[in-house]
Amino acid sequence: MSKMAVIGGGEGILVFKAAGVDAYPAENEKAARDILRAVAKDYAVIFLSEELAEKLADFLKRFNESPYPAILAIPSGEGGGYGMEELKRASEKALGVDILFNNK
Amino acid sequence: MARLNVNPTRMELKKLKARLKTAVRGHKLLKDKSDEMIRRFSVIIRKDKALREEVEASMSDMLKQFSAARALTGEEVVEQAFSMPASPMEIDCAVGNIMGVEVPEISVKQQKREIKFPYSFAALTSEADASVDMLVKLMPKLVELAETEKTVRLLADEIERNKRRVNALEYVMIPQLEETIKYISIKLDENERGAQTRLMKVKDMLAKEAE
Repeated sequence: MSKMAVIGGGEGILVFKAAGVDAYPAENEKAARDILRAVAKDYAVIFLSEELAEKLADFLKRFNESPYPAILAIPSGEGGGYGMEELKRASEKALGVDILFNNK
Repeated sequence: MARLNVNPTRMELKKLKARLKTAVRGHKLLKDKSDEMIRRFSVIIRKDKALREEVEASMSDMLKQFSAARALTGEEVVEQAFSMPASPMEIDCAVGNIMGVEVPEISVKQQKREIKFPYSFAALTSEADASVDMLVKLMPKLVELAETEKTVRLLADEIERNKRRVNALEYVMIPQLEETIKYISIKLDENERGAQTRLMKVKDMLAKEAE
């Protein structure tokens, strides 16, 4: 259970592999979804490249029930600020207002 | 507000009063819980934002290094070199508790990495080493970010759920109970007055008969 995995499209995941994280290449969101379904139980932390996380947002909601696995969208160099966008949404959901970005 | 469908008896009134008391107490408790959760949430989400900004900056640096390595040595060589199994990075997982919400607590196990780079140095340039090294150093931060982000999500869900409970109590349950209690006490008073008049009437009639 105490393992980490990375799922992503680009070559960025190779570095993770060298750092000792299990890497699963996934070219599109369908492949990523299949991999997630298969391995989600085996890992405590799953890094998902940002553009895949964005496309799988609905699918990822089902992991919000239990503390593990923790799925993190990592910027893979090409994605925009999806992770920040998610934070903003969580803040709006919980507090009704966005407390993070409105003072900019 | 609709009133509950109960018989207007003293028994029911007593029961409803007890329920109202519980509901008011529960509402106060849940509201307090909500306030505290929101306070914690805003602290955590601010931390999370700062952490994410930091990690994103380091990540893009790392990826730049890696693309440099790839450009310098050629894609195939890099892919081959990086496909070797590395010594796995291990993490400690526990389950923490914030206001009754189960949250993950993860930390990277401090360990000596005996084989720092799982490839031969002959094949790759130093840019590759640098990128791997940066990622290894970044890993505790990344794991911490995963932990806080998950916590944010779990807390947000719980706050929303709790808010719904508070609202259900405040705007449905409590008004309903109050209305029903009022209805029953009015009804009981009415009955009492009815009985009183009846008695007076009977007394009058008896008095007249006696004359």
